[in-house]
Amino acid sequence: MIEIAVEHTQGDFTIAADIRASGRVLALCGPSGAGKTTLLDVIAGLRRPRRGRVAVDEAVFLDTARGIDVPARLRRIGYVFQEARLFPHLSVAHNLTYGARFASRGPKLVAFADVVALLGLEPLLARGPARLSGGEKQRVAIGRALLSNPRVLLMDEPLNAIDDARRQDILHLIETLRDAFAIPIIFVSHRVSEVERLASDIAELELGRLIALRGPREAERP
Amino acid sequence: MSDGAAWSEALIFSPAEWTAIFLSLKVATVGALASLPFAVGLAWLLARRRFPGKSLVNALAHLPLVLPPVVTGWLLLIAFGRQGIFGRALEACCGLTFAFHWTGAALAAAVMGFPLMVRAIRLSIEAVDARLEQAAQTLGAPSWYIFATVTLPLAAPGIIAGLILGFAKAIGEFGATITFVANIPGQTQTIATAIYSATQDPNGAATTWRLTGIALAIAFVALFVSEALAARVAKRDAG
Repeated sequence: MIEIAVEHTQGDFTIAADIRASGRVLALCGPSGAGKTTLLDVIAGLRRPRRGRVAVDEAVFLDTARGIDVPARLRRIGYVFQEARLFPHLSVAHNLTYGARFASRGPKLVAFADVVALLGLEPLLARGPARLSGGEKQRVAIGRALLSNPRVLLMDEPLNAIDDARRQDILHLIETLRDAFAIPIIFVSHRVSEVERLASDIAELELGRLIALRGPREAERP
Repeated sequence: MSDGAAWSEALIFSPAEWTAIFLSLKVATVGALASLPFAVGLAWLLARRRFPGKSLVNALAHLPLVLPPVVTGWLLLIAFGRQGIFGRALEACCGLTFAFHWTGAALAAAVMGFPLMVRAIRLSIEAVDARLEQAAQTLGAPSWYIFATVTLPLAAPGIIAGLILGFAKAIGEFGATITFVANIPGQTQTIATAIYSATQDPNGAATTWRLTGIALAIAFVALFVSEALAARVAKRDAG
């Protein structure tokens, strides 16, 4: 169960959304300026909304009514940023293991060897991020987030900086992640057509408002 | 005596000159290294945190840059002299004496170089993408760990530049040093104050020239080392 209720104003942009998803993969869709990334930042704890509640299964990350606001570093939320945000001075291997020493909390769902194999990172381990292609950076960022032993995985436009050929690979990869590691995934995309295949729930946003929320049953309909 | 012999004699440093050179290097090294942690800490606060009185703290840190150095030296004497509150406390607790002692010259050098260091380091910390620090947060890292593993290494070129700048400023520091710890050969006489003494001496031209040459050489080496280190860091970051 993924629960995101947020009310937040920033300048002249207001976001007010109440999303409840029962499936394991929630897609946030909408045009740019819809507030998708803002929502991810709120979920990750990088932005504090005026009012809101964020919970995944039994873990409550934020509940302003009850004064709960877990700091970002304690939320155990794996965040794959749109622009990857790899540490430029560390090798791929060190980027991947950066969060490992803090990942002792909670049961370990993900092993280093599995992530490296699944994402095909073996030949990249010794390289620096400056010598990676866009798609490779994305895969390393996904690996790094997974290895921090997250309770939830956030992905911001994972299909964006990737050419059409690679897009199918990444889509397939997200499906594999969903099936291989029992981690709920929340991901952002600006195209609904792209996400229907793998999302169990789809929330459509526009100008900071939730305009449609489709649960598992409707999403499965062809 | 031939001209050549006179020239080679003129190139020989006297023991007093060597003493001033080594003392300068010691004072500048200790001054720059001892103030580095404070400069990095303050630069980080100014670059990354918002707190009440921030502009006042910023102004205070920059004060030695705009005050007449003699004033800074005199204030140091008041505060860190034998009768000063800090001077007395530090002598009582740690046996540290500053007045008319080389440690005082190091303190004066550190204070005078501090604003330059803070400025260079602050700019380099501000240039570190704060979104990388956010990424580290989401990976579970506490603030001190993010600072040590992300901010500090990425700001390294600026920190090195700041350190060298502080060192070079310390080598050249004159006004605060001579006011605070005077110009005692073998005790507190640095290259700068030794040159000053030599210029006051009708027979001091050769000493002035020799020490000027050394001051130029140290400045060149410092700048060269800072460029070389920064280039190495840049190369590492390019992966």
